[in-house]
Amino acid sequence: MSSIVIVGAGAAGIAAAEVLCAQGHRPVLIDEAERAGGQGYRQPAPDLALDMRRLMGSEAARYEALHRRFAALTERIDYRPRTLVWAVEGGTLHLLREGRAETIEATTLLLATGAMDRIAPMPGWTLPGVFTLGGAQVALKDQGCLIGRRVAFLGSSPLLLLAARQYRQMGGEVAVVADTTGLAAKARALPHLLASPRTLLRGLGYMADTLRAGTPLLHGVTPLAIEGDGHVESLRLRDAAGREHRFACDAVALGYGLKPESQLADLAGASFAYDTDFRLFLPKTDGFGRARPGLYLAGDGVAIGGADAAEASGALAAYAILSDLGKPNDAAAIPLMRRVVRLRRFQRGLARAFAWPVAQIRAQAAETVLCRCESVTIGAVRAAMAQALGPVEVNRVKAMTRCGMGRCQGRVCGPALQEIVAAATARDGAAAGRLRGQAPVKPIALAAAGDIAP
Amino acid sequence: MRGASTDVAIIGGGLIGVWTAFFLARRGQRVVLFERDVVGAQSSGTNFGNLRLQGRFPGQYPLALRSHELWEDFEALIGEGCEFARTGHLYCAFDAAEQARLEAYAQVSQQHGVVIERLEQPELRKRFPWLGGRAVAATYSPRDATANPRLATPAVARAARRLGVEIRENARVTAVARHGAGFVVTTADGTELGCGALVNAAGAWAVEMAECFGETAPVFAAGPPQFVTEPLPFVMAPSLQTIDGSVIARQTERGNVILAGYPRTAADAVGNRAPVPPAKTLAAMRALAGLVPALAHGHVIRVWSGIEGYLPDMIPVIGRSETTPWLFHAFGFCGHGFQIGPGVGHYLSDMIVDGADPPPLAPFSIARFRTSATISDKFHKEFDDRPDKGNRALSARPS
Ligand SMILES: Cc1cc2nc3c(=O)[nH]c(=O)nc-3n(C[C@H](O)[C@H](O)[C@H](O)COP(=O)(O)OP(=O)(O)OC[C@H]3O[C@@H](n4cnc5c(N)ncnc54)[C@H](O)[C@@H]3O)c2cc1C
Ligand SMILES: Cc1cc2nc3c(=O)[nH]c(=O)nc-3n(C[C@H](O)[C@H](O)[C@H](O)COP(=O)(O)OP(=O)(O)OC[C@H]3O[C@@H](n4cnc5c(N)ncnc54)[C@H](O)[C@@H]3O)c2cc1C
Repeated sequence: MSSIVIVGAGAAGIAAAEVLCAQGHRPVLIDEAERAGGQGYRQPAPDLALDMRRLMGSEAARYEALHRRFAALTERIDYRPRTLVWAVEGGTLHLLREGRAETIEATTLLLATGAMDRIAPMPGWTLPGVFTLGGAQVALKDQGCLIGRRVAFLGSSPLLLLAARQYRQMGGEVAVVADTTGLAAKARALPHLLASPRTLLRGLGYMADTLRAGTPLLHGVTPLAIEGDGHVESLRLRDAAGREHRFACDAVALGYGLKPESQLADLAGASFAYDTDFRLFLPKTDGFGRARPGLYLAGDGVAIGGADAAEASGALAAYAILSDLGKPNDAAAIPLMRRVVRLRRFQRGLARAFAWPVAQIRAQAAETVLCRCESVTIGAVRAAMAQALGPVEVNRVKAMTRCGMGRCQGRVCGPALQEIVAAATARDGAAAGRLRGQAPVKPIALAAAGDIAP
Repeated sequence: MRGASTDVAIIGGGLIGVWTAFFLARRGQRVVLFERDVVGAQSSGTNFGNLRLQGRFPGQYPLALRSHELWEDFEALIGEGCEFARTGHLYCAFDAAEQARLEAYAQVSQQHGVVIERLEQPELRKRFPWLGGRAVAATYSPRDATANPRLATPAVARAARRLGVEIRENARVTAVARHGAGFVVTTADGTELGCGALVNAAGAWAVEMAECFGETAPVFAAGPPQFVTEPLPFVMAPSLQTIDGSVIARQTERGNVILAGYPRTAADAVGNRAPVPPAKTLAAMRALAGLVPALAHGHVIRVWSGIEGYLPDMIPVIGRSETTPWLFHAFGFCGHGFQIGPGVGHYLSDMIVDGADPPPLAPFSIARFRTSATISDKFHKEFDDRPDKGNRALSARPS
């Protein structure tokens, strides 16, 4: 009997569990979160009277449908919330369940671990009051809190407009929505964006909303500094025409798209390749999500595609599992595969319309903090690299400077470090290398090992 | 052979290779060092950073003490720091039998001039209040130290370079052969270099080189499981070790607690992987929290290990080849090469330049593997997968 384990109860993991259940399997579904839904369809704490219809807007119906489908599944799967997978060793997953260590065996492993924000450093980004864009959304959806009374949304991401809209809906004031990618680049990405007209229209709708609300909306900006005395007081930037602006605000939501949470895939033996559109190392899979025998990847944890693509790719990976267990169902899988390809093409368009600001990162001043866990500046990295026999690859730079060596293990500073290293060696991002993954994928307390002898 | 040549070629840019290069250059030799990857990225850069004096193999004291002086002088000698800190080392016993073993170590250490303080409960707790109640006794050696292994090797390599050593990174040696009175060394890109003397300091990979000259040693590649915690309030000044090997820990000034421990795990020297089984991480977490309860709520943020060469008698091979004049070996440092690295470089350079036989290197000749070698007790205890099983060179011998 094969044991199928799915990690991640977001759109991808839930869709996969549904397909497997329908074929008589009882997969284990593990998630470190308290409640199912993942990032996109996060549920608020039950005692919070949050108006999710209003918050989710055009996505409310999908949100409700996913949670309804999940509710119908819970009895038919082995669902384990509040359980972190912290290491993978062959077929064994090492878990931390409610703070205690245990293991589970998986002959088939599907990782649907989602994504996190990608951040570009700038002067002042470590001031209290600066949040990641996703963090600003989590505060709202999970806790019903706003990160500030008057919030500036900065970065390059379609979620800037979405989050700004959600903040306005919930009574927040939006100081500015400022996107570092110019309108010309956005126009050039249109052919790809037409792969998902529904999402494109939704995005244009958010834009119209923002303008209607009278919120300043800027494209092609150069962020100059987040300023304040011990806390965010303003955001200073230069617009596309070269004029400087200062926006008073008490919080900044900063985000440059997403990056896959691919540490578990790394530990499970997936191989990685550099993607020149996303400028990230992404785990390699075939068109169905197979990474290697017995290992499947789906959702934003493998390639950023958004909630709809995550759902489709989760179901698709489940069909690949069934097929590898001897029960192929091409009639269901092939249309799904087309859908995933189309949605991922759309997302590739988004990566161009909302570009990672390579030139801006490379031009950052020496004093700008790159690694906030270990307080390493960009200048310190450049200086280490410039000395004789200096490091030229991210893992060695980390060893010499401590950049990426702290609590988050480079999950936050990794992409920017990659650009700084590439710039210093005049090579492309791929040549800068990939930070090697190691357990634990998230910090674990010594006490979790249990049985402490007297 | 026509073309480029040098006095000494060194294979391997770990700590042993770079210290040897440094001292050879100080003695006026022209040196080229070949490193397959970049200097200090293997064992020498991933190790725990202990510079321990107490409890060493008795025959190693002359070498260890000379090395310690060089570490203490590091900044003046090398021109930059490596976070050297005289932290002291606290060696703990959990029961009377272990305490007796500690006492035996202490006597050897003292015979060689190492200052040892003996501590028992309740005095032990009073002096080190963060220590839980499990340790019944300990010996404390104040001169023991730690340094940052990530910084040390590149720093020594830079100093060697300033003295004229040519350091070739990303230069894997693919063939070595006798040529006239010397050797010719070939790298992966096809470049050849002639040299008068050859130093084999290729770490866990050194046997390949030795075998080119009809010589071998039963090296086994392995590494201890290690982990590091997030920065925690600074409490633990000395580096801390239990005699059962379950805990070897230290706290950096920044507050991170680093841990290494037994049993070691076999590493894949060919695939360049040093796995850390999660079960060992958990066992070490339990052991550390048991010994220092104040750390129980600290978080582990990363695990790692390294690829180190071990030999069955748990001491390295250092010295001239038995088969080939002007070939010198320095490998198989059995988990303690960081501390003795500078002394190895120092005495080995004397051996090469003066043709001398420095007494501190006497116990480490490769000759001991011509006849049956003693298998150290440690070799059985400190690894979980018995390394002598399935190892050709070893299984022929009685244990
Ligand atoms: C903060 C944030 C906010 C977002 N908001 C929106 C939004 O409003 N609208 C939108 O369309 N898209 C949003 N996205 C994009 C989002 O990635 C996708 O919409 C969608 O959630 C992807 O689905 P998924 O199933 O791939 O991953 P997710 O929904 O992210 O689900 C992954 C799940 O895996 C779990 N997990 C990860 N690692 C482990 C582990 N080691 N052990 C146990 N469990 C683990 C996580 O707890 C999570 O529940 C957001 C993304 C982020 C990061
Ligand atoms: C996890 C761990 C913890 C440790 N803790 C301590 C400690 O606390 N205290 C202590 O004293 N010691 C410790 N040690 C041991 C110490 O790190 C080693 O003994 C020491 O670093 C050995 O140095 P080396 O130069 O022989 O080996 P290495 O650092 O491995 O260097 C050998 C070099 O040779 C290169 N090489 C190999 N083949 C070729 C080739 N064909 N061509 C060119 N180059 C080649 C390799 O790339 C490598 O860089 C520890 C070891 C490990 C793994």
